[in-house]
Amino acid sequence: MAPYTASKTGNSHHKRWVKSSHWIITVSFFVLLVTGIEMTMVHPRFYWGEVGNDLTPALFQLPVSRNYEHGGWDESVPFFDEAGSPVSASRTFDIFNQNGWGRSLHFLGGWFLVIAGLVYLFAGIFTGHFRRNLVPGAKEFSLKLYMRDVISHLRMQIPLATDGPNYGLLQKSTYLMVIFFLMPLMVMTGLTMSPAITAAYPFLLTIFFGAQSARTIHFIASAALSLFLIIHLVMVIKSGFKKQIRGMTIGK
Amino acid sequence: MKKKSLITRRNAIITGAAAIGGLLLPGCSKTLPPTYGNILRMGDNLTYVAHRALLPGQSLAKEYSHSDISSFPATGTVNPADTSLESYSEEYDILKRAGFANWGLSIEGKVARPGSYSLSDLQKFPPRTHITRHTCEEGWTAIAEWTGVPLSTILQSVGILPSARFVNFYAYDGYVDSIDLLDAFHPQTILAYGMNGRDLPIPHGAPVRLRIETQIGYKSMKYLQRIVVTDEFVDMGDTGWAWYVGI
Repeated sequence: MAPYTASKTGNSHHKRWVKSSHWIITVSFFVLLVTGIEMTMVHPRFYWGEVGNDLTPALFQLPVSRNYEHGGWDESVPFFDEAGSPVSASRTFDIFNQNGWGRSLHFLGGWFLVIAGLVYLFAGIFTGHFRRNLVPGAKEFSLKLYMRDVISHLRMQIPLATDGPNYGLLQKSTYLMVIFFLMPLMVMTGLTMSPAITAAYPFLLTIFFGAQSARTIHFIASAALSLFLIIHLVMVIKSGFKKQIRGMTIGK
Repeated sequence: MKKKSLITRRNAIITGAAAIGGLLLPGCSKTLPPTYGNILRMGDNLTYVAHRALLPGQSLAKEYSHSDISSFPATGTVNPADTSLESYSEEYDILKRAGFANWGLSIEGKVARPGSYSLSDLQKFPPRTHITRHTCEEGWTAIAEWTGVPLSTILQSVGILPSARFVNFYAYDGYVDSIDLLDAFHPQTILAYGMNGRDLPIPHGAPVRLRIETQIGYKSMKYLQRIVVTDEFVDMGDTGWAWYVGI
């Protein structure tokens, strides 16, 4: 018997609150992704620590807009007399910048994601949804079973969909990772870029090693979530697209 | 028998709508930027109201040590005396040629003693110096040391009236912006005339700029010309940029 059928417990259908929060979070994620890409295009350089700008070295940079290595700076003026002094320079290049709507829409998407996410978290805890459907049972989890599930996924042996949350072992651990690690990490690193929030809660700057590190982690975690989205979509298609979509929408 | 639930869907919807209405109602008395029916501006207002309701008031932004001072790009307007730029101001050009000796910051509106403060007037007040992180909306950050007079000192000196709600700033490059009194009286909100131990350089807003450390960089207006205290929100039209940017 395949390992993923070992968890046929719990409900056979998705609960209504699971469906609503799933789709609100889906739309919010899409909004956050598009505006996040826009913001990356405005400053496609990433740094570590508290400080990072065009006059300091970057950890990595991405050729995603005309702002990439634009070089439009007039001569550097040192702040202090000693050698190696930090400098100032005026920008002479007209950069791509759509952050006026990009930022506001990003934060609007953030509001929807956080509110739907909190409802989902509390409902998940208090209805026993996480315990019943997401946390692997004691008998279900072993390294051997886990590896077997990974290999069958790599071979694209994807079990056909059921109507509800009868998840496989790899599926459960991936969802747990997204819900309890990646999503909170996105929100927390996002908040660490806010000057008002870090003034109130400076520990955020400490745990993420600074405002620019938080931005870099935010970017990497967004790439991980995008990878999850792609794999999730492939799995939905391979396991029976119509049935899966019905199960997450109008299906009882 | 049908179970009578305390929280029916209808009740939840009515309560929710009332709560949102309550949140948006202050807009009618002009203490929030108008939304013009723009959902992005509604979201900005939600962030503003939530920050004011949930964050402890006037927490200090992190201050750094001298060795943390970094390179600092000058963006936006970098020289209002440059005739080749759109931001050119003849008035500023004349003041700059005289070394800002004739520069004066006028403070008017809902204050008991409106007046004009020269650079040396401002420098007579007890200064505040702090090393803070500037967060640009573009995504970059930089650390610098700023020296100036706390805005609260000036507002107390001109005698702010009880009806005052907002402090509006006008700059030589044409920018107009405002902050609420919580930010205006924040201990780190200063009218800065010094940067990294020297006079404020022209690309960074000489002779005096605003520094507000709990909001994004573009609130820290450069090239200050005039301050007007008002009892209601002065509508600057839809600039496409959020008014409150603590985030």
